Amino acid sequence: METQINTQPACEFAPWEDPVQKPFVRFENVTKKFGDFTAIEDLTLNIYEREFFALLGPSGCGKTTMMRMLAGFEYPTAGNIMLSQSNLHKAPPHKRPVNMMFQSYALFPHMTVEQNIGFGLKQEKTPKKEIKRRVEEMLSLVQLEPFTKRKPHQLSGGQKQRVALARSLAKKPRLLLLDEPLGALDRKLREQTQFELMSIQEQLGLTFVIVTHDQEEAMTVASRIAVMDHGKIVQVATPAEIYEYPNSRYSADFLGDVNIIEGQLDVTTGKTASLAWAEGETPLAISTKLRPPAGTTAWLAVRPEKLHISKEKPASADNCIKGEVWDIGYTGNISTFHVKASNGSILKVQVSNREHLADRPITWEDNVYVYWEKGAGVFLER
Amino acid sequence: MTRFNWFNTTTLTLGFAFLYLPIILLMIYSFNESRLVTVWAGFSTRWYQSVFLNESFINAAWVTLRVGFISASVATVLGTMAALVLNRAGPFHGKTLFTGMIYAPMVMPEVITGLSLLLLFVSLDFARGFWTVTLAHITFSMCYVAVVVSTRLVTFERSLEEAALDLGCTRFSAFIQVTLPIIFPAILAAWLLAFTLSLDDLVIASFASGPGATTLPMKIYSQVRIGVSPEINALSSILIAVVAIGVVTASLVTKQAHVKRIKEERMAINSI
Repeated sequence: METQINTQPACEFAPWEDPVQKPFVRFENVTKKFGDFTAIEDLTLNIYEREFFALLGPSGCGKTTMMRMLAGFEYPTAGNIMLSQSNLHKAPPHKRPVNMMFQSYALFPHMTVEQNIGFGLKQEKTPKKEIKRRVEEMLSLVQLEPFTKRKPHQLSGGQKQRVALARSLAKKPRLLLLDEPLGALDRKLREQTQFELMSIQEQLGLTFVIVTHDQEEAMTVASRIAVMDHGKIVQVATPAEIYEYPNSRYSADFLGDVNIIEGQLDVTTGKTASLAWAEGETPLAISTKLRPPAGTTAWLAVRPEKLHISKEKPASADNCIKGEVWDIGYTGNISTFHVKASNGSILKVQVSNREHLADRPITWEDNVYVYWEKGAGVFLER
Repeated sequence: MTRFNWFNTTTLTLGFAFLYLPIILLMIYSFNESRLVTVWAGFSTRWYQSVFLNESFINAAWVTLRVGFISASVATVLGTMAALVLNRAGPFHGKTLFTGMIYAPMVMPEVITGLSLLLLFVSLDFARGFWTVTLAHITFSMCYVAVVVSTRLVTFERSLEEAALDLGCTRFSAFIQVTLPIIFPAILAAWLLAFTLSLDDLVIASFASGPGATTLPMKIYSQVRIGVSPEINALSSILIAVVAIGVVTASLVTKQAHVKRIKEERMAINSI
């Protein structure tokens, strides 16, 4: 299945490509230091209204710090954070039109579900009737009507998660922050909840920012993803763009499975670069618009499902590597072949299992050819 | 079952005898008819009657309760504040020193605490009496409160307070609406501890007290120096009974709450 970016519908939601659109949230050269440790380094980022934006990275990459700065629990050491064009400066958490759903849910244990959800409205001195109406609305949104009078310890994990979501939405925030919201749920429930989150976000027309270390979760829910590493943003793009056209080995490796082949740039002719990757082997061809000088170290990234494998040498292929089947990983719907090339590096090839097991001819220690078109790989300079 | 072998039984008997024999003896003799403490002359409750008719005992009891109540309450407020500051304020210069200084009075010999307080009151020309005892009790029970409340705060989930701030609370209202109700059992326990410490105290009270502010332990001690009377036995038995009822009630209530909680959690699991 070859997914191209332009296969998405034409009326696609993409305010980041519209020069007239003003960002809803803007980080402007933000730096955050904790003592000697720099958590965020000179970071600039725009998030648009109604986006479901994901901050993705390993723990300690600074994604949680970004979220805490938006909520007002931390303030930037340098730089500005703007919310709908006004500088947040050092506004305390209770003065921001921003609410947060905590990783641990942080439900108040001494209050019922109803009181938890109504807590924010009560602080605004909202009339009791209005609070009751709003709480009921929230309860029906997250389908928790029968549990109104329960206390948090009388709820299951999934129910707690819903109460936390309802509580953070009750005040109609303009921006909702979700800190690893599904981390504590089991896999099935997590997948279901991801789709519920998306439909709630669409239904309410709010801007959501989610922090996660789970690339699948980010790809499922987000309109755009910022891949972060050590306090810096490596790439900001739609899930499909990052998957198909990662701008670095880091983001290629973080989202999904990938083969990365290191080599020296041989020559660049037209739109094709050729990469010398092993002695005595034909250089690999990659489509690219980049023009780095010959001799520089560069990388080819290619997804395992974009590679083909066969026992016979293909008649014509842009790139072909001869190797030996080293290992086979079988996961039901797909098989992953680990093929050892002449220089000892391992290539992963994914084949979907359309036929029955017995019909597939390739097995351990077979000599095989791995081949792909030059457009399937991505040329990476870092 | 090897649980009731001779070794276990003997150890248990000896241990409990060691702890409770003196108290049981005291309680038995409080029902003694005779004026002589050590000679048994039949069952009677006359000494109990005479305790309640003895005005100096009743006065001392009243002073003790008032000192205990006021000092425990003030110490709870101050100790909780100290615990909050030491737990919440980020690392600041001299934090370790301050923490140590909060806990130090716990290991300070009471005689020294009492003596230094006496010197302070004398040099400030404070008239010694009810308020000086109360002040002295606040001083030494505050650190116990700080310890009990700190222990609770260490495991308190900070994100609960952050959630309250996020939902529109100021720091103060987040404390009142969220933190305080959650740590309240610890604060109550701290209050009870401070109250008990104040009821028990003899040494510091003796130094800090003045005319008209005799606490019950002081009264009992001064009576005993004249000679143990059966009245004292009766009075002590009453004290033991009061404390025992308190402890048993508290543990029953806690156990019941625990059972209820477990039942409700099971209900949550079943309702997924």
